Amino acid sequence: MLRSRLLSLPVLLVLGLVVALVLPQTGWVSPYLQLVISYVGINMILAVSLNLVNGYMGEFSVGHAGFMAVGAYTASILTVWVFPREASPALFPLALLAGGAVAAVAGLGLAFPSFKTRGDYLAIVTLAFLMIVKSVLENLPALGGPRGFMGMDRLTSLGWVFASVVFSVWLARNLVYSRWGRGVLSIREDETAAGLVGADTRRVKVVTFTVSAFLAGIAGGLFAHEIQFINPRAFTLLKSTDMLVMVYLGGIGSLGGSLLGATVYTLVLEGLRPALQSVGIAQEWRLVFAPLLLILLMFTKPRGILGFRELSFLRPRGERDGAKKGGEPR
Amino acid sequence: MNRSPFLFLAGVILGSAALVSCNKGPEKIVIGVSAELTGSIPVAGQSCKNAAEFAVATVNAAGGLEVAGKKYPVEILLEDNEDKAESAAAAAQKLVSAGVLAMIGPNASRNAIPAAEVAETAKVPMISPWSTAAKLTLDARTNKPKKYVFRACFIDDFQGVVAAGFAESHLKSKKPAVLYDVASEYNKGIAEVYGKSLKKRGIELAAFESYTTGDKDFSALLTKIQQAGADSLFLPNYYSEVPLQVKQARKLGFTGPILGSDGWGSPELLTLCGGDCEGQFFTTHYAPDIATPKAKDFIQKFQGAYGKVPDDLAALTWDSFSLLFQAIQNAGKLDRQAVRDALAKISNFEGVTGTMEFNGTGDPVKSAVVIQIKDGKYTYFQTAKP
Amino acid sequence: MRFYLQQALNALQVGSVYALIALGYTMVYGILTMINFAHGDVFMVSGYVAFFVSTALIGSQLHLAPAVVFAATLLASMFATALLAVGIERVAYRPLRRAPRMSLVITALAVGLLLENLAIAFKPVGPSPRMLPQLIPSTTIVWGGVAFSAVQIVTILVSATAMVGLDLLVRHTRIGIAMRAISWDSALVPLMGVPVDRIVSMTFAIGAAVAAVGGTLYGMTYTIDPYMGIRIGWWAFISAVVGGIGNVRGAMLGGFLLGAVEIFTPVFLRSSTYRDMVAFSLLLVLLVFRPTGILGSPAAQKV
Repeated sequence: MLRSRLLSLPVLLVLGLVVALVLPQTGWVSPYLQLVISYVGINMILAVSLNLVNGYMGEFSVGHAGFMAVGAYTASILTVWVFPREASPALFPLALLAGGAVAAVAGLGLAFPSFKTRGDYLAIVTLAFLMIVKSVLENLPALGGPRGFMGMDRLTSLGWVFASVVFSVWLARNLVYSRWGRGVLSIREDETAAGLVGADTRRVKVVTFTVSAFLAGIAGGLFAHEIQFINPRAFTLLKSTDMLVMVYLGGIGSLGGSLLGATVYTLVLEGLRPALQSVGIAQEWRLVFAPLLLILLMFTKPRGILGFRELSFLRPRGERDGAKKGGEPR
Repeated sequence: MNRSPFLFLAGVILGSAALVSCNKGPEKIVIGVSAELTGSIPVAGQSCKNAAEFAVATVNAAGGLEVAGKKYPVEILLEDNEDKAESAAAAAQKLVSAGVLAMIGPNASRNAIPAAEVAETAKVPMISPWSTAAKLTLDARTNKPKKYVFRACFIDDFQGVVAAGFAESHLKSKKPAVLYDVASEYNKGIAEVYGKSLKKRGIELAAFESYTTGDKDFSALLTKIQQAGADSLFLPNYYSEVPLQVKQARKLGFTGPILGSDGWGSPELLTLCGGDCEGQFFTTHYAPDIATPKAKDFIQKFQGAYGKVPDDLAALTWDSFSLLFQAIQNAGKLDRQAVRDALAKISNFEGVTGTMEFNGTGDPVKSAVVIQIKDGKYTYFQTAKP
Repeated sequence: MRFYLQQALNALQVGSVYALIALGYTMVYGILTMINFAHGDVFMVSGYVAFFVSTALIGSQLHLAPAVVFAATLLASMFATALLAVGIERVAYRPLRRAPRMSLVITALAVGLLLENLAIAFKPVGPSPRMLPQLIPSTTIVWGGVAFSAVQIVTILVSATAMVGLDLLVRHTRIGIAMRAISWDSALVPLMGVPVDRIVSMTFAIGAAVAAVGGTLYGMTYTIDPYMGIRIGWWAFISAVVGGIGNVRGAMLGGFLLGAVEIFTPVFLRSSTYRDMVAFSLLLVLLVFRPTGILGSPAAQKV
């Protein structure tokens, strides 16, 4: 039975990719629902990215919207100004990776202040980063400044979103379950102790921030080529807050949790639209229900729905069948 | 593992899919409306919503819209675009998928532009009542006009020039100053055109100061403007910020005239500004007191239904609907492409906000008016033709 | 020269409000090691309470003098906001005291979001900015070439009074001593017979009341809207951190520092968009050299 379970994961993934590629052509699912599914996918990547830093490493970053912005603008600049238009659908993954890479460089930069600061102070550092990115973007008329940047073709498709989500989860999972990952968890538990037992905390922080930023950058690129218009206003603290909610909703320290949190959050917010309309409540109450649900959730499950637990197919083989993953923190 | 989250979200997916697709009833005209009901300009969104509902109610009271001899009831499908680009795109997509004949809104340019992309790709005609950014109706890459995107208002390039002309001829300003929001498309655009236009007339700006959206304290910048010896102040900003700017300027001792743009058009401004805005001018789309008989009729009825004089956004929304209804009738059938073609051919349409015609682009050719705030009310001052 | 004096006055006014709100952050952090992200929105609520109370009093038939209305508004705002803060603490934070810290932070964020969106959705409040009735006359005294508006003077004086009062409270009263004791060693203090829960509630109440002073004054000077707590909240939080979080005097210092940055950045640089950049860059530099803030004590981490 175990064997067949293991075999089925790659099969499922291929099947998923085929579905993602074919579905838009069939017309069974409306473009609106496709859009929502794309948003879910993008949010999944963002949640996984933030979970690496906040959930697994126990730091507190509120600046991830900045990484997303960097990725979005980089990818857009490439497809609009650099790549020839006809070739851009084929070169799209390149643009995404480039966006991720530039965001990763930014993540690298942010890792250094994190050596000296912890917890709440890091929140400020990341907030500073976010504000600076937003400020810079607003003051660069070449990139449109506050007017925003336009001209991207609709290169994001369900297929790309699916592939990117799978890639992100794969990358994150391998990071978390590697030797590196043990270092990440040990920092969350007790940074000083971790250093004392020989974990190279600095290196671990650098890698985690970089990978996290990389993923957020990819999500940014996907986002830009879905909406075909980006402006600094889209990447504010509010966006970072959205990401925080998704991560904590789904469960910190759990990749499956991030996937779940992103899905639930996106769908509930979209689903509340017609739901409220049919009951006759004004749309403004939608944004009241969301935080309310979150607070209620925090009472019952303070670590999120899947906090510190993991979906079985995401755990490496050696850790399934009874072996419990990492302990719970203090 | 806990199964309930998956069941829950499966339910949500199915639920929203069902709710979205349950719109196929008897023959009727469904028009999508995307308004900023939440976000930073909800008053504007509410105004748009009211005017939309009013326009449709008026048509339905006459038995529906008559197209090619048959009367069809008209219905609105209202979405909140949350004043966010991605939600505006999603809302537009939702309306398109729901099968609307055409879309009205969003209003703020930052939301209208992404929605316009959706409309253009889906080949659904869209009219934005209030978005004045030139980019809205242009293809981003080729700079050629979009085919399916229209608007009911003038564009900022025109408005900035009108304001500059007024500053020179009427205010006789020799050292004009500008205070604008650099983080907002609309404000920045008009401010720049104003400056360029004045320069063309040989007048240099004394001060060109900028702030960021959300600022409430402008004392530092206004002090700088005072220091530069400005004799007039141009505030191309929104009604929520202008009262503070005016009050603070006066407190710091600035006595010169203050000029504004159509962002001043909401009556909220009068409530918040009080006596400090008395006697000042601004450029905008329409003036209720010089209304044509047709317009006066609209204003009266709107006031009867909602208890207040329609602001410029309400008037523009009403005109958007009137344009659309006219186009549908001209087209003779409920077909998106036909409606679009009819819309593009409209010439000499008399709306509440003035006469307009479309000349091959989505931007109407129409005049602007200058309004003065007198006795706490908006009073017409003069017209500026294109 | 008088240009700079004028700006300095502006900075003092703006800084006072930041300082008042920063106090709430710093006190709660000191006692619970928790960043109360809902504090900025509590400040926003205080502005609305001030609006409703002052509008009602002015509109009523009582014909009270503006000064009386001002005092009444201030007190009502302080009282109502304190009540709100205590309520939030009881309902949302206390049950989570044993939970991981991050859950508390998220809950605080969620409470903040809830307050903002409730304000928008709840019709009598609504999303439009409001202006409080004019209670402070708009006279301006010009002295030495600098314009002192009545509002500025009142703001600075009332804020200063509140701050001095709070400082005295923290240093010389039993409650203050208890608060500081808890912030030093939260495990030991209950063993000494100090009712920790009650002190925590009082801390929230006092912090909120002080923020309410800021909210009322802010409402008198500018307009109020449901989103006003976000930016001001974050800036006040930064003020608290810059001054040394957990330190009452540090919060005051931080507030004035940030007020200076807010006012003087657009003076020296072209536009106010750079202000955020400058403020945050300065912040980063400061945190590199003094990670615990200006008046903060270097925190030794217990291993």
